[in-house]
Amino acid sequence: MNGTATATPAEATTAAVPSGEPAGPLVGTGTMVRFALRRDRVRLPVWLGLLTLTTAASVASFQSNYPEPEDRAGAAETLRSPAGIAMSGPEHYLDEGYDIGAMTGHQLLGFFALAVGLMAVLTVVRHTRVEEETGRAELVRSGVLGRHAQLAAALTVAAAASLLLGALLAGTLAAIEADGLTAEGALLYGAATAALGLAFAGTAGVAAQITAFSRGATGLGLAVVGAAYALRSVGDVGPTALSWASPVGWAQRGYPFVDNRWWPLLLLLALAGVTAALAFWLSTRRDLNAGLRPPRPGRPGAAASLATPLGLATRLGRGTALGFAAGALLLGAMLGSVLSDAEQMLEEVEEMARQLAIEDASITELFTSVCLSILAIVALAAVVAALGRARAEETDGRAEPLLATALSRTAWIGGQLGFALGAATLVLLVAGLALGAAGAASTGDASLLPELAFASLAYAPAVWFTGGLALALFGWFPRATAAAWAVPAYAMGVVFLGEIVDLPDALRELSPLGHVPSVPAAPLEWTPLLVLTALAAGLSWLGVLGVRRRDFELP
Amino acid sequence: MKRSTNAIEISDLVKTFGRTRALDGLDLTVRAGEVHGFLGPNGAGKSTTIRVLLGLLRADSGSVRLLGGDPWGEAVALHRRLAYVPGDVELWPNLTGGEAIDLLARLRGGLDPKRRALLLDRFELDPTKKGRTYSKGNRQKVALVAALASRAELLLLDEPTAGLDPLMEAVFQELIGEAKENGQTVLLSSHIMAQVEKLCDRVSIVRQGKVVQSGTLDDLRHLTRTSVEATTSRPVAGLDALPGVHDLRVEPVEADAEGSGVTSVRFSVDRPAMDRAISALAEFGVRTLLSHPPTLEELMLRHYGDRHNGDRHNGAREAAER
Repeated sequence: MNGTATATPAEATTAAVPSGEPAGPLVGTGTMVRFALRRDRVRLPVWLGLLTLTTAASVASFQSNYPEPEDRAGAAETLRSPAGIAMSGPEHYLDEGYDIGAMTGHQLLGFFALAVGLMAVLTVVRHTRVEEETGRAELVRSGVLGRHAQLAAALTVAAAASLLLGALLAGTLAAIEADGLTAEGALLYGAATAALGLAFAGTAGVAAQITAFSRGATGLGLAVVGAAYALRSVGDVGPTALSWASPVGWAQRGYPFVDNRWWPLLLLLALAGVTAALAFWLSTRRDLNAGLRPPRPGRPGAAASLATPLGLATRLGRGTALGFAAGALLLGAMLGSVLSDAEQMLEEVEEMARQLAIEDASITELFTSVCLSILAIVALAAVVAALGRARAEETDGRAEPLLATALSRTAWIGGQLGFALGAATLVLLVAGLALGAAGAASTGDASLLPELAFASLAYAPAVWFTGGLALALFGWFPRATAAAWAVPAYAMGVVFLGEIVDLPDALRELSPLGHVPSVPAAPLEWTPLLVLTALAAGLSWLGVLGVRRRDFELP
Repeated sequence: MKRSTNAIEISDLVKTFGRTRALDGLDLTVRAGEVHGFLGPNGAGKSTTIRVLLGLLRADSGSVRLLGGDPWGEAVALHRRLAYVPGDVELWPNLTGGEAIDLLARLRGGLDPKRRALLLDRFELDPTKKGRTYSKGNRQKVALVAALASRAELLLLDEPTAGLDPLMEAVFQELIGEAKENGQTVLLSSHIMAQVEKLCDRVSIVRQGKVVQSGTLDDLRHLTRTSVEATTSRPVAGLDALPGVHDLRVEPVEADAEGSGVTSVRFSVDRPAMDRAISALAEFGVRTLLSHPPTLEELMLRHYGDRHNGDRHNGAREAAER
């Protein structure tokens, strides 16, 4: 009777764990995977489709822009500059006949590493920490579900998406007829992208255990992705050891289409395995809904500054803003620290430098202006994130009791806007100071510090414009507030891929950064900056008007 | 400035969300100094009404006066004179409860620290915990302390005690009693009948975006039936023929110690028909008689009971009840 698989419910209640029924920590993982796939049935196909299509489109633009080997050799020489290397991949890709295959490995792998990292982080956090923070995890875990099932399902889904993306990329690249675009290279390229996805899913799994806030977990996960990219940027220009400390560096050093080395992927797989195991272990060291650090009691009352609109916005947004500032600081310092390497590299190709230099700009100036435009993207993201908080305050119901006090809508949103613009400007300045200070230290030219700090502020009007745009969306199309993320995303696409796919000026100028003079390489022009500032003011005014007149959306 | 005698005057208020008509010609009057109960099922439009009063939603049509002003146009000035407690309080995860209380109270125009301390004590609330670690009841307490510490002229409370335990519910009722003594006006949206019966001077019952009944509890009871339970020594007959007698149930009961046959009878009766019904009943030898006014619950059920029958029957039913 007993011990058969078909125990009746009455028999089952006699034992805490009925025999014959699975009871491990992974019970229910399959169900959770199917559930996650159901929830992401639009999201993941869009990610995969978009990344595959942009890869194919980029390769097509290589083919049309650089049809002949001579064209590509020219491109290779252009890229053999610190800025070119920092934005693409290690120099070795350029060494033997820069064919379409080598271009793809060199130009696209690093950039798409950022994209696949973003996909992995968002997917993992969405199915782990967000579920806990909203209280849904509690409900789900009260069912027959093993302790590790949710994390296992999140990692499985992110891993499956990465593997599928790898397969799609390998298939797509292998199907394109072009110089050097070999089948083995395509397979390695796809596998490297997939392995990057696995590794970043693992690190995101760890990030989701550390902090109790989903925003913090996403930030931490993305910081890892960003740091990996920055490390390889700097390592490829300067000390190679830094590139070997970066997962993105490992993937690029497989040299798909050039050397087709497979073993660096083992490093990525090892990282994925270790971080996943660490995530599972950490999850047993904490309570549901808690971070690793137990919550501590805080102030029994509020500081006087909290009860002002700006004070409140600052208190709510300062953590995120500090994260962006820290990111800008690190990135700026890393880029600045390779300035002397950049100069050295240039002396070796003095001839090319002369051809390349626009007007009277030195190569250092060219490099630093590219660095500044990368750093400006961090500030764009900071301003959009800060204004996104206003929307979250509204839909989560926290703005409602505030607006039931003597706080006017104008003051409320004014506080949010003031903080967002101020914090993002500060992020810019921090980036410029870090770039200048590290640059001054590495080249011994102290004048770089004030020069670059000042130059970074040239990007402020573009940042304000983006803030104004986000506020206008919030005022008039509140559901589309998150669409403002398109600005930093597009700016990133233009900065990283614009040069190599030879983007027309009209498309380049769709990004607000496209209107900022490339200081210090180009002279400072005030007109575009004043126009951007005026537009920022107009959009902000429009946004406030919208916020004042529309219904509040309440939970 | 002369104080208006009515704290809230709403007439023919309409608010639609897309195709949904959340408020469909709602009328509501709350007199200054009274505790006004706002009753209705989920989705009847109570929260929407309060949010229009707060100027968070703009009315499509109708007129709304709050403390003599326009809640949309003069929101900020009016908000200095009122305090609001939502039914589902969301706190900032990284702010402590104490910070949230101070934030809300100072934005309204300041608070009395002694009163704040007293309220924290009475609600047994620890202000040093972070918002994300509070339970639902404790989040509710944070909003209650912030609102009650303010001594605002008008308290707008939207199911304020959801999640509070019975002891805290009692504290809340004491505090509302004190607020009334201090001359504060209270609009209390609620589901808890005992709370409303205990606290409220007047009640409005809202249903599908309209106020269907408004008045003192006594007024409302006058409009409805009294329940009668009796036992008689002879079988009751013919009572159902009387106008105004409803839901008649007659059941024989086992013979009691005195040996005579006994009948149990229950019915409800409209107020005007009471005299005739009792006279008729007396003919059958009344042995016990129990009569009680309708509870608020019965009032509510009478207004919402027909929900179960589907809304298309409402018109006919309401006509039949006249």
